[in-house]
Amino acid sequence: MVGELTWQKRLLGLWLPLAGFLVVALFPFTWMAATSLKTNAELYDPKAMPLAIKHPSLVHYIDLLRETNFLVWVANTMLVAAIATAISLLLGAMLAYPLARMRFRGGALLAIAVAVTYLIPQTLLFVPMADLIGRMHLGNTLTAVMLTYPTLLVPFIAWLLMGYFKTVPKELEEQAMIDGASRWRAMTRIILPLCLPGFLSAGIFAFTLSQNEFLYALLFLSKSSVRTIPIGVVGELIRGDAFYWGQLMAGALLGSIPVALIYSFFVKYYVAGLTAGAVKG
Amino acid sequence: MSKILEASRAGALSAPAHRPFRLGAFMERESVFSWLMLTPPLLFLLAFLGYPFIYGVYLSFFHKEVARAASFVGFGNFVKLYNDPIFWQAVRNTIIFTGVATIFKASGGLAMALVMNQSFKMKSVTRAALLLPFIVPTVLSTVAWQWILDPGMGLFNRLLVVSGLATTGPSWLGNPTMAMISIIMVNTWRGLPFFGISILAGLQTIPVDLHESATIDGAGTWGRFRYVTLPSLMPVILIVTVFSIVITFFDFQLVYVLTGGGPANSTHLMATYAYSLSMGAGQMGLGSAVALSMVPVLGLLLVALTLFVRKD
Repeated sequence: MVGELTWQKRLLGLWLPLAGFLVVALFPFTWMAATSLKTNAELYDPKAMPLAIKHPSLVHYIDLLRETNFLVWVANTMLVAAIATAISLLLGAMLAYPLARMRFRGGALLAIAVAVTYLIPQTLLFVPMADLIGRMHLGNTLTAVMLTYPTLLVPFIAWLLMGYFKTVPKELEEQAMIDGASRWRAMTRIILPLCLPGFLSAGIFAFTLSQNEFLYALLFLSKSSVRTIPIGVVGELIRGDAFYWGQLMAGALLGSIPVALIYSFFVKYYVAGLTAGAVKG
Repeated sequence: MSKILEASRAGALSAPAHRPFRLGAFMERESVFSWLMLTPPLLFLLAFLGYPFIYGVYLSFFHKEVARAASFVGFGNFVKLYNDPIFWQAVRNTIIFTGVATIFKASGGLAMALVMNQSFKMKSVTRAALLLPFIVPTVLSTVAWQWILDPGMGLFNRLLVVSGLATTGPSWLGNPTMAMISIIMVNTWRGLPFFGISILAGLQTIPVDLHESATIDGAGTWGRFRYVTLPSLMPVILIVTVFSIVITFFDFQLVYVLTGGGPANSTHLMATYAYSLSMGAGQMGLGSAVALSMVPVLGLLLVALTLFVRKD
């Protein structure tokens, strides 16, 4: 009797809602996969069951790789994301370290200023940014986005790293300096290695956000050879009113896989970083 | 001459003899070390964040079209917007979009967290799967949604037809009301995991004995949720909500890809309207004015939220 009740409770309280959340979260990806594997004849057959695939075919993937610059976009996206992440981590750490661990005039005010900059929206900046990039003659270069993405990433990374830096006891650094180490040495040899998980989660954030970025890429990268995946897929597989759904879904799925892989390897750090601000701060 | 004498009498000239300047020691001072490190990132942010920001504010007071000289119009752009029905529609849409989507995401995220907080097998795989919508590049999943919502061949309407529930499905992105519902739905789908995972982390910090003592005091499942879980979660929910409001309010890609602001400007958000004015119509001054108007509107929204929470 009691066992039966718990079983029912578990079904209603856990399995059914969990299944519901999973279906909602995953069905768009299933639909993407199903679409990308169908031939056009099957895809546009009004009588076919939408999620079933009768004659699986890789034709859309082959067309995507042969007829578009997809692989170039992948390479561009990775390069841009890697460099923007590296710049952002470096600048973010240079900003966060003194703000979290040193006492100096104006430090507290500056920390608040960094938090506020994070709230300056991209939509407020894109018009002048386009003007600035134009005057620097950086239009249609990957440099344009490598320089502008860090503006979106640095304040956030600095804020995240400040949290991590603060968790290391100040005595560690003082001890090292009493033993004769310089500030620089204490920082690079003692504190930074301890904050590696912080750098990892900040890095994953920056990397995925760079792959995700759309507005600056849309503004600055109009030539196919310099496009990133989101801009390439939307810009070249939708031509006017014509949607190449098979290729679009193949591209969307292939473009999602690297990000999904990266984060499933680091999901622990990703979640830790995601919740660091919400729970600690 | 007398000045030098005075200075030397005051000891200024002889000072180096007592305390020689050493670069190493100077660099070891906390303030010097700090500012040396802070200067490069601050210069970068000033050039690529500060300058565009100030220039954006400046532009909003000018009539500026692409490739033409700017002419000062004072508050002219804002007066123009005040009399522009599409602007007010965009303001209304932005508030509805942000408000409704945030309520859905927060309540759905709370439910997701409560479900995920139980112990079951394959938990980390499930968590990874539930986070996917939040991880995948927004534009790519939005394109998939555009295909799901396609009136003829899209998944939703095909399922309606195949299952015999309807002969034709609604035009999801084709009429103003449905299009608004659709963009809210897609935003909710994408943002829900962020709430879910953050609230889950909050749940795991609630001490077990709080629940135990509530049970001893006679509280049932609902009572424990109402008087223990929810109050302990409030700080987390509030922070995540504010964070999400800010992000949702400035959302651009979702509407740009799904509807482009249509049909007939009915789903323009302030961000997409700013974009279409400045980049589509080449009215950079006017577009900047729309972008700038977002700040006070967002401020009011956040103040309203704070007041609402206080009253509660």
